[in-house]
Formats: sequence, C-alpha cells, structure tokens
Amino acid sequence: MLSLKSFSEAIANQKRNSPTFRRLFALCRKETLQIWRDPSSVLIAVVLPVVMLLIFGFGINLDSSRARIGLVVEDNGAEVQRFVASFVGSPYIDAIVGTRPQMEQALADGKIRGLVVIASDFAEKLDRAGETAPVQIITDGSEPNTANFVAAYARGAWQVWLRERAAARGQPMPPTLQIDARFWFNPSALSRNYIIPGSITIIMTVLGALLTSLVVAREWERGTMEALLATSITRSEFLISKLLPYYVLGIASELICIAVAVFVLKVPFRGSIVMTLLVTTFFLLSALGLGLLLSTATRNQFDAAQGALNAAFLPSMLLSGFIFEINSMPLPIRLVTYLIPARYFVNAMQTLFQAGYVPQLLWRDIGCLIASSIFFLGLTAKLTKRRLD
Amino acid sequence: MPVILQLLLFPSAATLEVKNETLAIFNQDTGPHSIELIQRFAQAKAFETTVAVHDEREMQRMIDQQQAVLVLRFPETFSRRIESGNGPEIQAIVDGRRSNSGQVALSYLQEIIQSYQAERMLTATPQLQPASEVVVRHWFNPNLNNAWSIVPSLVAIITTISTLIVTALSVAREREQGTFDQLLVSPLTPRMVMIGKAVPALLVSVVQATIILLGGIFAYRIPFQGSFLLLYGSMIFYIIALAGFGLFISSICQTQQQAFLGVFSFMMPAVLLSGFVSPVENMPGWLQIVTWFDPLRHFIVIVKGVYLKDMGAWAVASNAWPLLVIAVLTLGVTDVVFRQRLG
Repeated sequence: MLSLKSFSEAIANQKRNSPTFRRLFALCRKETLQIWRDPSSVLIAVVLPVVMLLIFGFGINLDSSRARIGLVVEDNGAEVQRFVASFVGSPYIDAIVGTRPQMEQALADGKIRGLVVIASDFAEKLDRAGETAPVQIITDGSEPNTANFVAAYARGAWQVWLRERAAARGQPMPPTLQIDARFWFNPSALSRNYIIPGSITIIMTVLGALLTSLVVAREWERGTMEALLATSITRSEFLISKLLPYYVLGIASELICIAVAVFVLKVPFRGSIVMTLLVTTFFLLSALGLGLLLSTATRNQFDAAQGALNAAFLPSMLLSGFIFEINSMPLPIRLVTYLIPARYFVNAMQTLFQAGYVPQLLWRDIGCLIASSIFFLGLTAKLTKRRLD
Repeated sequence: MPVILQLLLFPSAATLEVKNETLAIFNQDTGPHSIELIQRFAQAKAFETTVAVHDEREMQRMIDQQQAVLVLRFPETFSRRIESGNGPEIQAIVDGRRSNSGQVALSYLQEIIQSYQAERMLTATPQLQPASEVVVRHWFNPNLNNAWSIVPSLVAIITTISTLIVTALSVAREREQGTFDQLLVSPLTPRMVMIGKAVPALLVSVVQATIILLGGIFAYRIPFQGSFLLLYGSMIFYIIALAGFGLFISSICQTQQQAFLGVFSFMMPAVLLSGFVSPVENMPGWLQIVTWFDPLRHFIVIVKGVYLKDMGAWAVASNAWPLLVIAVLTLGVTDVVFRQRLG
C-alpha cells in the first residue's frame, strides 16, 4: 500500500537522480558561486539598488515646494507693502526683495526661478478709476516645469492680496470660484510617491538585463562555452541555469527595494506582496530574456553591455513613463512605448503602491509582460545553438 | 549615429509637459456657467479630449483605470450660486499616481476660471475696471517649449557619456589585451599616459557636443544667445574634470566589464543629481552639498545659461571654478594610483 507521502518521496527521489535535475542543479550551483565570488555582482545586486533608490527618492523631486521668487518693488506705498506681505506670507514662496537689475541677474544665474515686478506707478494706477495696475510675473523658462509652478504660486499670492484689499474696502469681488482638488491615492501630491515605485523598474532593468547581458558572452570570451558544449546538457537546461540564479537575485533585491521604499522613504504600499512578486516575476523574465538574447547574439561582453544600455536601460528611463509623461510625447514615440516592457511594469508598480488592486490595469500589464518574456526567451532559445560555429 | 538618435528622441521623450490629456467632467449643473466654462476648458492646451461622465462610480473608474488624469464635478447649484454672488466650488479628483501632471493641468484650469470671472465682472459692471491684473512672461523660453530646455542639457549629457566611455574603458582594454605592459616598459611617464588617454576623449566629446549644438540651432531652431567662446572654453574644463573621473575608474578596474559597471555607477547618479530631471534646489540640503562634486551639475548650468540666457563671463567663471577643483582632485588621485601601478 503506497501512502501519499512515500509516493511523493519516490517522485522526489527519482527527480534527484534524474540526469536533468542533477545537471541543472550543478549548473545553477556553478552560476550562483560565480555570482557570489565576484564582488562586483554582489555590489550590483545589493548596494547599487539601495543607493539608486535613495538617489531617486531624495534627488528627484518635481514638487517645487518652495519656489525662490525675487520681488522688484519700485513703489513703496502702504498698498505695496501689503502686496509684498502676501508673498512673504505664502507657504510656497521664498521671497527675496531687490532692485530690478539685481533680480534680473539672479534670474539669469539661476539663483531665483521667477520675479514679480511692481512698477513705480502701481499704487497710483490702483487708486485711479478706469485704470488697471499691472503686476508682471517673469519666470525662468529654461526650467519649464518649475516655471509653471512659479507662475501659479505667484498668481495665488496676488489673488490673496486682491481679495484682502477688496474686503478691506468693502468692494464687490466676483464670487470666489475655486477648484477643490483632491489627489486620490496621494493626498499631499508628493511626486516621490510615484517616482519611487517607478524607479524600482529601472533598478530591475539594470539588474536583469545588464547583468545577464554579460553571462553568456563571458562564457564565449573565456572559452568555457566549448567546455559546456562538450557536456551533455540540453539547450533549455543551459538557459534555465543562466536564468534561475539571476531571477532569485532579482527577487531578493526587489524585496530590499520595497523595504527601503516603505520603511526609509515612507512611500505607502497598498497592494499585495503576492501580486507584486507576480508582476516582478514576468518583468524579470522579460528583462533577463533580453539580456541573455544580447549576450547570446553578440558573444562579446562589451557589445552586449552596450546593447543592454541602449535597448534596456535608456528606454526604461525615457519611455516607461516613470518620470516623463508618455501622453505628452509625439504619436510615433507614444506607439513605440507600447513595445517597452518597462512601461507595463512602471504602471503596475505605481498602481500597486498607490492604488492597491485595480484588476483591469494589473492583468493587462501582466499579460503584456508575459508576451514580452515569451518573445525574448523564445528568441534566445532559438539563437542558442548546441554547436561551435 | 547614436548621437543623432538621441538628438531625435530626447527632446520629445524627456518631457514633463502636460499635453494630449483627457479631461472627464461630471456636470450636474444645468445652468449656462458650467457649459461656458467646459467649453473653455476643452480648448486648454493640456487637453485633447473631454469626456462626460454621469455618476460618481464612473468618476471613480476614470481615475482608477487611468482614463483621465483629472475629473471635474460641477454641483447642481453651480450656476445658481454664481448668479447669486456666492462662491460655488468645482470639485476635482486628480490621479495621485501622476500628481505633477495633475497639478500643472489644475493650474491651467485655474487660469481659465480667473479670466472668466474677470470677464463676467467687466460685463456686469463695465464702469468698474479690475483694479489689478497679472501679466505672465516666461523669459529665455517664451512658450515653455520642452526642447529648448532639453537640447542644451543634452550637449552636457552626451559629452559626459563619450568622455567617460573613452577614458574609463581605454586603460582597462589595454590591460585586458596586454598592451598595458608595453606601455610600462616604454619611456613614457604616467602623466604622459594620462594625457595620451585624455586628449582623444577631449576631441571625440567636443565633436559630439558640436553635433548636438548644430542640431539644436538648425534643426530645432533654438536661438543660441550667448558666446561660443565661453561655452567651448568651459567645455574643456568640464571634459578634463570628467576625464579625471574616467581615468580614476580605469585605474582601479582590472577588466572592461568592471570599468563599464564603474562608468555606469558614476554616470547614473551624476545625471540624476545634475538638475537635468528636477531642480537641485528641490533636493534636501545634505544632498545639495553632495551634488557640488558632480561636474555635470555645474556644466548644465553653464550650457543652459550660455545657450538660452546669454550668461556673462563672470557668471560662467563662478560655475566653472568647481570644475577646476574637481579636475585637480580626480587627476591628482589618479596620478598617485597610476604611479603605484606603474612604479
């Protein structure tokens, strides 16, 4: 009578003894030792992700929380004093007062990002009926994103002043028409909260594609490929032995990244870990597949690494939507982004961190990632030949 | 060839602009004001399409599934409250996964509302002119064109890549191929070897930077405002500072692979912390100090300044001297390392 337990043991035994399993185990062990004994790959797997995440977390901040704005006040009446006070009092503005040439110089030097000019006849025009007192806002257009924020903040401070003035004089003002905006998932509208989940994509790309781009080419360059070919391993055993250790490495640093993001950088994580690992698995398979493909095709470490930089790293930085807006790109480039696996991974990570579980989005992303892993791994398998050319 | 591709790709891809977005609107108001405002919103440059939604569930779905970056809701009483002089509120829900775009789009809408209000005020009481008005001007880049900001930065970034690759990989390659031993037995001093490695990097990088500059001036038609002399002068300082980093990486690496990873580990933070993606002043204080040692940070200020703002010699010099300090530091360290290896 065969119990279930002994049955499964029997299968396990058979597996252990089967040549496939033994070869696979030996190869994986060799690959893992190779990773372990090369200090540079441990550096890449553990140190680099943490350093990169911290750089992304602290270094990239699109929220100009305090814009440095210069004030040029050529008039010194009480009204203008109140105007200046509304700028100094704004929580969004660091106001500096100076003369026009000083401030224009500061703008050109990038020391301030905008300036507000109040001409000498400001108070006069303000009081005279039928005249409009102009306030000039000048921004540093060489930083377009910051320029938008500066203009909006300065306009806001101006409005505060205008209302207070009208209220003090009992003048009619058009009813305040405000937009009461709520930022879903991210109530204080911190750019960090979506940039960090997206940047995990960049880190996984570097790990997956850059590291594996070197591994097959290395065997060819060092001449150990011939030795491997002389053994009885099959093509899929060879590929799995190259994939598995790097996959484990990738998942490990993904977990490190999430821990750093949540506990050090305080980014809220609302999704499920299981779902995250599932998405990561398919992204890693696709990135590893691309790396292996380059490595197999070039048989040269230098070319493969350069290829990985251009085919994996640059697109994942530029075309994945992790910082730069895909919607704002011209149509041909927008179409290209659909072919970039990183695009789907960025989207999934941002959704998992911020929104939690949005099935329509996540399963679409996973589907696209599965398709791209099949494509890259399939192509690699096709190119891997079991003979010396 | 890669330079041309990057010149084509970067200015349109590396963008924080808000364009081609979808604006979803849940209009519960039946009065004229919401309709007038919606028509004006639809013409804002950020929005390509406006979609009407009909209940709260749909509002939620638009955001959840990223079909719109922003959903507006006009309450039932909207027009009535405007007429009676009360301030109604427009509700907006913004996708927090793209809070930067949401904020920019919101500020466009806010602008439209303000001018609508000012117009209404004027038609209601024509004798009462608004007391004050705001005029916004964007200097150096009047239309806030993204390419104008990216192309000058690209001059700096492309120079960075080529200088680092040429200097960092060259020594490692000589080591791998065994030709480094021949250099050892030659009567060349370490300094001469270093100069020999730096000069080709300088030439390659200056040529690539020139290609990008020409592309910016003639293909993108971005007017060059400043002095070429100042730009190229400071570029030489920059390349020397970078060559210092490249040679340093080269001197401590045994293989091309290590050198390649070294270049990568240096370049990635150097680009990200340079102010290319987001301004240095938004970083925490301690990190701003770290960025002082990033040569790219100083050079991007110079290239953008000279190209777009006609930056003067004094301002260029005040951004160039850190490059000199960095060059002296890195070349000094490399010199010591080389001497140990060669001697």
